[in-house]
Amino acid sequence: MANDDNGGKDLTAADAHGARPSEASAGTAVVTRDAIGNPGFPPHRARMTDSDPTAERKAERSVYTLFYLSVVGSVWAIAAYIIFPIDAADPGSVRLNNLFIGLGLSLALLALGIGAVHWGKALMSDHEGIDIRHPVRGTEETRARAVEIFQEADQESGFGRRTLIRNSLIGALIAFPLPAVVLFRGLGPQDEDPVALLEHTMWKKGTRLAIDPSGRPIKASDVTLGSAFHVIPEGLQDLEHGKLEEKAKAAVLLMRLDPADLIEAPDRKGWSYDGIVAYSKICTHVGCPVALYEQQTHHLLCPCHQSQFDVTNHCEVIFGPAKRPLPQLPIAVDSEGYLIAQSDFTEPVGPSYWERH
Amino acid sequence: MSTSTTTSAPVAVTDKKEIEKSGGFTAAAANYLDERTSISAAVKELGRKIFPDHWSFLLGEVALYSFVIILISGTFLTFFFQASMAEVHYDGSYVPLKGVEMSVAMASTLDISFDVRGGLLMRQVHHWAALLFVAAIGLHMLRIFFTGAFRKPRELNWVIGFILFILAMAEGFTGYSLPDDLLSGNGLRIIDGMVKGMPVVGTWISFLLFGGEFPGNDIVGRLYSLHILLLPAIIVALIALHLLFVVVHKHTQYAGPGRTNQNAVGYPILPVYAAKAGGFFFIVFGVVMLIASLFTINPIWNYGPYDPSPVSAGTQPDWYIGFADGALRLIPPGLEFVWLDRTWSFNILIPLIVIGIFIVTVLIYPFIEAWITGDKREHHILDRPRNAATRTAIGAAGVTFYAGLWAAASSDIIATHFHLTMEGVIHTLQAITILGPFAAYFIAKRVCLALQKKDREIVLHGFESGRIVRLPGGEYIEVHQPIDEYERWRLVSYADFKPLMIRPDARGRITALQRLRSGLSRWFFEDRIIPVDQKEIDQAHGDHH
Repeated sequence: MANDDNGGKDLTAADAHGARPSEASAGTAVVTRDAIGNPGFPPHRARMTDSDPTAERKAERSVYTLFYLSVVGSVWAIAAYIIFPIDAADPGSVRLNNLFIGLGLSLALLALGIGAVHWGKALMSDHEGIDIRHPVRGTEETRARAVEIFQEADQESGFGRRTLIRNSLIGALIAFPLPAVVLFRGLGPQDEDPVALLEHTMWKKGTRLAIDPSGRPIKASDVTLGSAFHVIPEGLQDLEHGKLEEKAKAAVLLMRLDPADLIEAPDRKGWSYDGIVAYSKICTHVGCPVALYEQQTHHLLCPCHQSQFDVTNHCEVIFGPAKRPLPQLPIAVDSEGYLIAQSDFTEPVGPSYWERH
Repeated sequence: MSTSTTTSAPVAVTDKKEIEKSGGFTAAAANYLDERTSISAAVKELGRKIFPDHWSFLLGEVALYSFVIILISGTFLTFFFQASMAEVHYDGSYVPLKGVEMSVAMASTLDISFDVRGGLLMRQVHHWAALLFVAAIGLHMLRIFFTGAFRKPRELNWVIGFILFILAMAEGFTGYSLPDDLLSGNGLRIIDGMVKGMPVVGTWISFLLFGGEFPGNDIVGRLYSLHILLLPAIIVALIALHLLFVVVHKHTQYAGPGRTNQNAVGYPILPVYAAKAGGFFFIVFGVVMLIASLFTINPIWNYGPYDPSPVSAGTQPDWYIGFADGALRLIPPGLEFVWLDRTWSFNILIPLIVIGIFIVTVLIYPFIEAWITGDKREHHILDRPRNAATRTAIGAAGVTFYAGLWAAASSDIIATHFHLTMEGVIHTLQAITILGPFAAYFIAKRVCLALQKKDREIVLHGFESGRIVRLPGGEYIEVHQPIDEYERWRLVSYADFKPLMIRPDARGRITALQRLRSGLSRWFFEDRIIPVDQKEIDQAHGDHH
């Protein structure tokens, strides 16, 4: 910043003009000596309401009519509150209540506002005034006195002299808010490890796949070719606590494709059942539910940020900001023909986090 | 001091008696108040204070008034809203959701909408006013930027105003999240995902924010404290400071005949400004009320309570969050890595960093420009945007960049409405966001310079009168009418800068910083149209005669 001071000197234009020493530097501004002069105020032009008494009376009438209209609006809003009650049996009553109270208030406010502005513009004096501006900085005397005051205070307190007192005070002032920051540790859970929580979901070996939201288990035979199911683990609905937290991790999409369309990695051959595949529904980008299934292309689309996943290819990302494929839930069929999980997801579901690896 | 009070005391007593005799109740009440508050000094100081007039000065007023409307309607809502995430079975008037499990927050929001007369109206007033609040701040900021009102002595007020803009968005987002409906929950889910994407601290911040795993039972209550207590308190304090600075600096004014950098020309607070500004408050309130009575906003009953599983297609954030959501959408695929056994989510970090840089650049812009020009004078006359061509071009580039991000928040809607591919829309918007600012910069700069040239033409040769005259020689000319001196003053009175020439300092060196400043100065002021001076005018007149 030091070269700011040089800035002015570098400029012949600003210097040549010879700015008065008390005036601030104009920097690289060009101050023309031959500038056109300010012509001063143009002659005042009278308004219709100033020159024509009829126009003035008309304006006056408009203003008080508007104010009376405003009163009408207020009274109408109160009346509408009574005339248009909300009837639980009639859903339309809410709309009427909203509309008519609102229109009354709108009239009250608009008429009041327009009346006041019209009064100001048409009837009040339209002669402009002039305020003289002074530099924002204090006068030299004031500034000198301010400096003096600080010096006196410094002398009388010894703030600059007694460095031990001063420094220990600064130390104390820095230290005292720290406990308050520590107290906010209580915002988070005390006895839980976030990373451990994020690594696991409710799914475990043998958990039946159930329909969201009813909780009815799904038979493999119910899943016809081309269909898709929103799935939750059986028993989720019966949880006393943490229902939404579990659902936010355990939600699954179940789809049946023609097994010939599926390209399966060798180590995941056994994770599907007869073309039925289950994938986490929680987007690996920032966690929206990937709820849109395109049956023809077998693509899943996240409605929030449009990441697209290819179901035929282990939900690899084919477009959009997400990077990782949706985690696959290994499934099988139990002795009664219901779809069950072989295990939990083999990787954390949902958005990425720092400790994920 | 003591001597002056003793000598003036008897006078004051007689004054008081006279006032009481002549003025009746009002005078007595005023006297009572003044003897206890010294209010007459404030009236003397502010009562006839001058405010210059221009429609663009109303934008800040709209922002202020919509904030007042938000406070009024919001206070009403707090009497009915319950910020609890305890589960209840809805038992209100809205039949389709009867018996559905939801949080108390959602249920009480439904009650406000369906069981409290005028409750829906106040909810809608609150929401519409909030949308208007952020919009008005944004437009107000653009006005300040393009007219150079942020120059000395107003740089700090620009910073305060910009912080208010950020706080307004924070208020908007916290408020949007309170009803605990499907959309607000999804918004929080996205925030959670973004927070988790931050290196080192992300996971813990998420758990501190939500009091455990997402969504938890705490977030609505916590956001409520922020929304109705902490953020409004800061906003009120900063608005007070913002307006105090307006009084201290006196309002800026556009160049005009009789207006100088040393005066403020306009109407006094009492009576004209009070009538117009006071009336304008009611007009803004009335317009918001009219919109709220006619147009639904945020019909949470259509969305249902928050559930992490369902989501509807085409969800949109409130408009002012769009740029951030758009940034998340525009990031190219594949920017996430595992490195050093940790996950680096650049698909989230890059948007955050880019937005952060953008915000900081806007925040410190006044200081950058002041450094380049080295201009330490106070500026109370506003620039016409064309006369600060580079600044205007930078502003146009910034607006285009923001618009690109903002449009991206609706990429899916654009694709479905215009039957385009999702990929095509995203790629186009990526190109617009990156290349658009350069195009906008170039076009805006050229347009500004062209307009300046046009102004020069008009000043020197008058405006085209539309009257065609055939000269004796058969030549046709259009008669140019000279403009009057008042109109001319508007066109010629502007600050002109020229590029900084670097010279070695006292020790004969040229520092890197000096070089940078000179380069920036050249970029800013290389293309300049010099204002017309008196000699040119005289010459031009000479030509005509």
